Amino acid sequence: MPRAFRPRRLPEVGVPGRGAGMMKPTARWRERLASVVRLFGRNRMGLVGLAMLGLAIGVAVLAPWIAPYDPETTGRVTIDDIYARPSAAHLLGTDDGGKDVLSALVYGARVSLVVGFAASLISMLIGGSVGLIAGFYGGRVGNLMMRLTDIFLVIPDLPLMIVIVAMVGPSLWNIIIVIGILGWTGTARIVRSQALSLKERQFVLRARAIGAGNFHILRRHIFPLVLPLIVTNTVLVISLSILEESTLSFLGLGDPTTLSWGGMLNFAFTRGAISTGAWWALVAPGLGIVWVVLGCTLLGNALEEAFNPRLQSHHLQGEERMIARPAQPGASDA
Amino acid sequence: MTGPDGSALPTRGPGVLLTVEGLCKRFPLPRGFIGTLTNRPTEAVHAIDGISFELQRGEIMALVGESGCGKTTTALTLMGLLEADEGTIRFNGEDVTHLGRSVEAPRATIAALERQSFRREPSFQPTLTMKDLRRQVQMVFQDPYESLNPRATVFETVAEPLEVHGLAGTRDQLLERVRRALEDAGLHPAEDYLWRRPHELSGGQRQRVVIAGALVLEPILLIADEPVSMLDVSIRAEILNLLDDLRTRRGISVLCITHDLGTAAYFTDRIAVMYLGRIVESGPTQAVLAHPLHPYTRALLSVIPVPNPRLRRKRMILTGETPNPVHLPRGCRFHPRCPIATARCAEADPAWREVTPAHSAACHEAVAPG
Repeated sequence: MPRAFRPRRLPEVGVPGRGAGMMKPTARWRERLASVVRLFGRNRMGLVGLAMLGLAIGVAVLAPWIAPYDPETTGRVTIDDIYARPSAAHLLGTDDGGKDVLSALVYGARVSLVVGFAASLISMLIGGSVGLIAGFYGGRVGNLMMRLTDIFLVIPDLPLMIVIVAMVGPSLWNIIIVIGILGWTGTARIVRSQALSLKERQFVLRARAIGAGNFHILRRHIFPLVLPLIVTNTVLVISLSILEESTLSFLGLGDPTTLSWGGMLNFAFTRGAISTGAWWALVAPGLGIVWVVLGCTLLGNALEEAFNPRLQSHHLQGEERMIARPAQPGASDA
Repeated sequence: MTGPDGSALPTRGPGVLLTVEGLCKRFPLPRGFIGTLTNRPTEAVHAIDGISFELQRGEIMALVGESGCGKTTTALTLMGLLEADEGTIRFNGEDVTHLGRSVEAPRATIAALERQSFRREPSFQPTLTMKDLRRQVQMVFQDPYESLNPRATVFETVAEPLEVHGLAGTRDQLLERVRRALEDAGLHPAEDYLWRRPHELSGGQRQRVVIAGALVLEPILLIADEPVSMLDVSIRAEILNLLDDLRTRRGISVLCITHDLGTAAYFTDRIAVMYLGRIVESGPTQAVLAHPLHPYTRALLSVIPVPNPRLRRKRMILTGETPNPVHLPRGCRFHPRCPIATARCAEADPAWREVTPAHSAACHEAVAPG
């Protein structure tokens, strides 16, 4: 990240003193949220990412109002309408069916984002729980889970996805599930390594000395400290999921009833957009994909920086950044 | 005296609170693949190798020794966080050595016990469960920067033991108990600290929070593992005074584990010196400091800095490394480093004997002063 080149600004809020201590818990929580927001806000790339993703979500939600044409209705199409150049009537030209590319792009955002969010939610749930259980409980079950993760990690995702989608049929939900159950390995590994290092910390030993059981420790001491990591990872997985959906659709394995960006690319590619020189039919969905993926990645990286558990803050340091603590043994195999 | 939930707690007052007899803890070393194939005997680190001591009610005892001698292992074993291999731990007369794994007694057992007590059978003796024990024995850890969850507020940390034991009560009661524990640990006004997180506290304040978290269950024994070693010298005395104060006000017994004889000398009643998994000398603090019986104790004492720079004292610097706790030396385990070792020391393990009243050592050469 280009962070290192920017001069460090002095914090706006100083050391929390007596006044801070007397606040109500809700106020403290708000202050903490504010500090995360402040930290995040200092990262300009993250803000750009958030804005990009926000715009994409806005477009997807407001698609019926934004899109100039309804992609479902098929009007009368003449030969001139096919791959028509961008004009006032069709800002981004038309596609092989004589339909408006801009409208398809706007509605396509819905498909891409739904697949992205839903698939990464599945990844997060599987990866998070596998990582937590394998890291915290360890032992035979943990080992078994990690070997399973390794297997999923080494299988090339794309061929397997193609096989599965070809077998179960290319519906939107099938694609979401396939992407979801193939994309959790990274999250599982990261969460496991974090849980492994957390469970050796002294505050977990203290909880045991108090008499707390495994579930209590997991809920109170491990999960809250792993959660930011899961959230951050999820944002990064969203971009991967969107890419994978586009890949599948581009290969013709997308849901035939909904037109995603990958599907648009597929149609343009297979139906002569290149030979007719209709660059707009290829560039528009391509830029859409790049836009959302870039937004997610920027946002994810910024969140990672704001939440990183290794960057701990100190009571004498107003700015909530500090030198990373040395890595815990056993945490390095992610 | 009854506990916060009405259960019978042992009465405070004179008497023996904790008896440890012949406690052993070994950590087996991995044999490796070849070792497993050839069925090589498993080797083990003898972390604690037969230690025995007694702790009186309301007494502060120090367990002193260099790093790696088994102090912390002793503490964790006493807390039931590690299971002892041999020996017994008696708490208040009851054998608690192997409560170990059963953190909670099964509900059926509890119900049966309750029925019995309802019938008031004279033979009924409530047995301690691990959870009961945890309520009465609490631990303060070495590193106050590590022993607090960085995301939990002071309130959450101190209230946690009560929640774990189901003693939280209403929110107001909980708040009141937490507040009292914080005040007792010297953090007042408690309101200033309740909603802070560890990174907003200094080292000394953190250690007070840890102590408050231990006090909130109203234990009768506090095991403090190096409570001040991570703190600035200027704060050490405060924390030690606090522990001493708790003894006088609450009658809590403290087992203080430290590597620093100076810390031990400051506030303890009795000192036990550990070397390589065994207690080599124990006695009243004054006696141990004035007339150390064991050469190891003398060596530890001789390296305590003296404030007066003109006062030159002969330092006894031990040479050599601590022997490997896997292959213990024959005879006295201190003899390879001992400045006064004789041929006998290499042959026979010295017996534990009382040299002067209440002051014992495990050394062939130990003689009563004067």
